[in-house]
Amino acid sequence: MINKIPNSEITDSKAFKDRRRIIKAILAATGSSIVPAFAASDNARWQNLPKSNLSTGIMTTPSEIVENYTNYYEFSFNKKEATKLAQSLPIDPWSLQISGEVEKPGTFILEDILRQQTLEERIYRFRCVEAWSMVIPWVGFSLGDLLKKVNPLSTAKFIKFTSIYQPEIMANQNTNTVLEWPYTEGLRIDEAMHPLTLLAVGMYGETLPKQNGAPLRLIVPWKYGFKNIKAIVKIELLKKPPTTSWNTFARNEYGFYANVNPLVKHPRWSQNSERLLGSEFFTPRRKTELFNGYGEQVAALYKDMDLRHFF
Amino acid sequence: MIQKSNLRLKILIVCWLPLLFLLVDAVFDNLGSNPIRALHIRLGDWALRFLCITLAITPIQAVTNWRGMSEYRRMFGLFTFVYASLHMLGYLIVDQVLHWKIIGVDILESSYIWFGIISYFIIFVLAITTPNWSKKVMGKNWKKLHRFIYLAAIAAVTHYFWQLKGNLAEPFLYSIIVFILLGFRVLISFKTRHMSKLMIPKGRKTSKLSD
Repeated sequence: MINKIPNSEITDSKAFKDRRRIIKAILAATGSSIVPAFAASDNARWQNLPKSNLSTGIMTTPSEIVENYTNYYEFSFNKKEATKLAQSLPIDPWSLQISGEVEKPGTFILEDILRQQTLEERIYRFRCVEAWSMVIPWVGFSLGDLLKKVNPLSTAKFIKFTSIYQPEIMANQNTNTVLEWPYTEGLRIDEAMHPLTLLAVGMYGETLPKQNGAPLRLIVPWKYGFKNIKAIVKIELLKKPPTTSWNTFARNEYGFYANVNPLVKHPRWSQNSERLLGSEFFTPRRKTELFNGYGEQVAALYKDMDLRHFF
Repeated sequence: MIQKSNLRLKILIVCWLPLLFLLVDAVFDNLGSNPIRALHIRLGDWALRFLCITLAITPIQAVTNWRGMSEYRRMFGLFTFVYASLHMLGYLIVDQVLHWKIIGVDILESSYIWFGIISYFIIFVLAITTPNWSKKVMGKNWKKLHRFIYLAAIAAVTHYFWQLKGNLAEPFLYSIIVFILLGFRVLISFKTRHMSKLMIPKGRKTSKLSD
């Protein structure tokens, strides 16, 4: 266990649930009923996964907060609305194409990939560029373990991820609203091979909800949330840096690296502090940490680099 | 007379309703996954809406010849001040819990907040110069000062869309409304000036009519 989060600043999920319970009791007494949109089942799909020693902290954000607060611009600019609309995305069967500078390119069925990988639970901080954060127990495997199976060539210096393109279901893809679709993201090869870099297929012991990027998404915990591309259909290993969605949209605002860094502000807002979701009213913001608190593991990747320039 | 004060009371109650609904949603945990942000958006939205209503009264009267509303303009202006103040206090107290060091860095580094401060400063000054006696004391300057409301509106809309990542639909709507209201005002003043030049014999001062 590394980077323990002091108890005082972690989402108090017990208090949260208590408050929910009281409210539900009141509503039940008055005859109204609440049907939870995403009820957590008692027999979770992955109950006794090995807990990774790469996990951060102990207390996680209540799952219903994570399930209802996600940017999925393909569906809607409204986080809650996107959650609803994302449910129409077909994700089974799902195949992943791996191509480019690899010895064994191919298209793989997700189920087959999962059979070859050992899934584990990793509790990571998640820091959005919009200055809010969560602590999420992901279920997944290291991206590096998958890449090793296809033997990257020495010419592979960068890696590009592409999201699904389904304009008939993802309404905003029809109009190229804000971003050019499909969504793309990229990493340097050493970032991609870093043991912290995760391909997630689940969270909270359950299959990944669609709005959170099912069936397969990237999680790079030391980078801003927009790097963590959802619903990946293609991974390309490249010689040169790929173009990425947000960077193309506003080069001066969203860098290729997008490492969490309190000292490099967004041109229009501060990145110095963040709102940890699940905290009550009158709870101060949390101070944002360099590399989102993962500096010990990843700072070496960027030594001799001017982080203000390569933001 | 009785009917009039009745209407006044009704409008007064309606203007407090957004705050009541917000409090109910807060108590019943109905503000979503990021309730503090929801609080900022709700209060900021209502401040901007009241600002637009305040600005809309003169144009509406000019177009419709309906004279009933001008006495409520001051009330709507004051509700702009109320919701803008709550919006700011929500940021300082509910969100930042008066941690001045973090607030200081946040304000210095966030240009979108600067526009909010400009807008609030104007609204504040206009609110404290509301009373009739201040109107009397200030004379002509009062009207000049209160024209700054247009600057407050532009700053408020900028404050809104300056903090968004990509989706600009909602602030865009407000921009259009403010643009139309402002454009109307410019048009009227231009027209009045132009007309008065045509109608009034040469050599006479015309600037008074353009007010």
